[in-house]
Amino acid sequence: MVKTDLIRQQFPMLVQDPELVYLDNAATTLKPQCVIDAIQSFYSQRYGTVHRGVYWLCQQATQEYDTVRAQVQRFINAKSDREIVFTKGTTDAINLVASGAGNVWLSPGDEILITHTEHHANIIPWQQVCDQVGCTLVVAPVMANGHLDMVEFEKKLNHKTVLVAVGHISNALGVEHPVKQIIQLAHAVGAKVLVDGAQSIAHQAIDVQALDCDFFCFSSHKLYGPTGVGVLYGKKQWLDELPPYQYGGDMIDTVTFEKTTFAPPPMRFEAGTPPIAQVMGMGAAIDFIQGIGLSAIADHESRLLAYAYDVLKPCPGLRLVGEPTTGILSFTLDGIHPHDVGTILDSKGIAVRAGHHCAQPTMQLFNVSATTRASFGVYNTTADVDALLRGIQYVQSVMT
Amino acid sequence: MSRNLSQLYQSTILEHNKNPKNFGVLETATHVAHGKNPLCGDNYTLYIQLDAEHTIVDARFDGDGCAISKSSASLMMERIVGLNVQAVLDLCASFLNLVTTDQEADREALGKLKIFEGVKAYPVRVKCATLIWHAAQTALLRSGETVSTE
Repeated sequence: MVKTDLIRQQFPMLVQDPELVYLDNAATTLKPQCVIDAIQSFYSQRYGTVHRGVYWLCQQATQEYDTVRAQVQRFINAKSDREIVFTKGTTDAINLVASGAGNVWLSPGDEILITHTEHHANIIPWQQVCDQVGCTLVVAPVMANGHLDMVEFEKKLNHKTVLVAVGHISNALGVEHPVKQIIQLAHAVGAKVLVDGAQSIAHQAIDVQALDCDFFCFSSHKLYGPTGVGVLYGKKQWLDELPPYQYGGDMIDTVTFEKTTFAPPPMRFEAGTPPIAQVMGMGAAIDFIQGIGLSAIADHESRLLAYAYDVLKPCPGLRLVGEPTTGILSFTLDGIHPHDVGTILDSKGIAVRAGHHCAQPTMQLFNVSATTRASFGVYNTTADVDALLRGIQYVQSVMT
Repeated sequence: MSRNLSQLYQSTILEHNKNPKNFGVLETATHVAHGKNPLCGDNYTLYIQLDAEHTIVDARFDGDGCAISKSSASLMMERIVGLNVQAVLDLCASFLNLVTTDQEADREALGKLKIFEGVKAYPVRVKCATLIWHAAQTALLRSGETVSTE
């Protein structure tokens, strides 16, 4: 059971403004004090670079930095911390795999399979690599409720499918894809699977070995950590095969003007001075959510979803887009554009996302240009849902 | 309604959002431009028909967007029919000046369009108000092109 009153006290933004109804957690989450403290204490007490010096500050920073890698490994149950690559975020992680795959795994005529409800970050990198290599981007359709059509999905898989890239949870609709089943089916035809975990990492326990995914990507800032850092998990054998993504310091073995040999993963993929403080902040964020427990968080958010569904469904003029299975609700209000909804809700201290959610193909599928989206985090309560309902009624009163 | 919000959603704006003027396709248009705001999805086509003397004899707009962008387009329709090209371009400049700068705009010339001044308090919504005006400049100067407010 999540004690939201105690949790809310840990978020300075909610302490400073208890009236704030923050419902844009699918975009980014607020930060608890422990994350802010981790960054602040590193900068103000122990700041130094990593992997570059023999002095104490540097050694201390390197040790703390590497500790977070091992922490992430345990967090998602990877076999080895060598399978954890620090990236700028989910988008960066997907681009890293897409660009490397184009060099080593893909040949003209091969296929990459995605689903219709992917975020642009899990469409465009694959589209670009398809263009460069001469592969085909194949899109698995979803049903009218936004859920993946597994019969059609299975039909799209074939011996030409080299990679399957699928969002764990659709950011625009809140629908969870059956990734375990997808991975089994894909492996049966010899395809590798990348799971975009941006929307699941802070909302359910992730076990990459149990899933048997080949890659799993997520961002720190959606799990109560800082922006600018994220994680690419990749099975060791695949990371070993992928070429470097960027070139520079920290990722080399030896360098001469004639030839450079590269460090093994994960360092091969971490060129340049990394976001050290942000990695430490992410470590604090993982401690924070593990302190609450991901199963408790999942229970809490699923209760909120059920409550919101019951409260909002009867609201006249409100249409839910898709049938969400997680704490993300996308909706339209008859005759009122989502941007007007967003602005008017904001005037009542309610923060929601209004727009296409970086998922234009999903919007086209449901024949809307945009939706309003409310998404839950660990600190949200049924009072926030009640405020949203009152806000929606207010929007309707202003606009009609 | 808070003061800022009531400045934004004035009754004229709400009325034009519900019943936009000259809404639809103009088959006889001589000048056309497409305006879109990729971040929010506002998406309009502006149709202008000029006669031999460069006077606007008819104008329509078609597409989809928020109350601010739609009412801005609708109020433009009310204003520009009967004006010559230069007068419309001047009006575009005055309108953009009104909502995007702190300079004193030509308020007399803007007339009813002054109501959009309230959008200044909402920086992200300025693009909604200006979209159709950028489209008008494009239609009259580079007909056939798409203009984006990003």
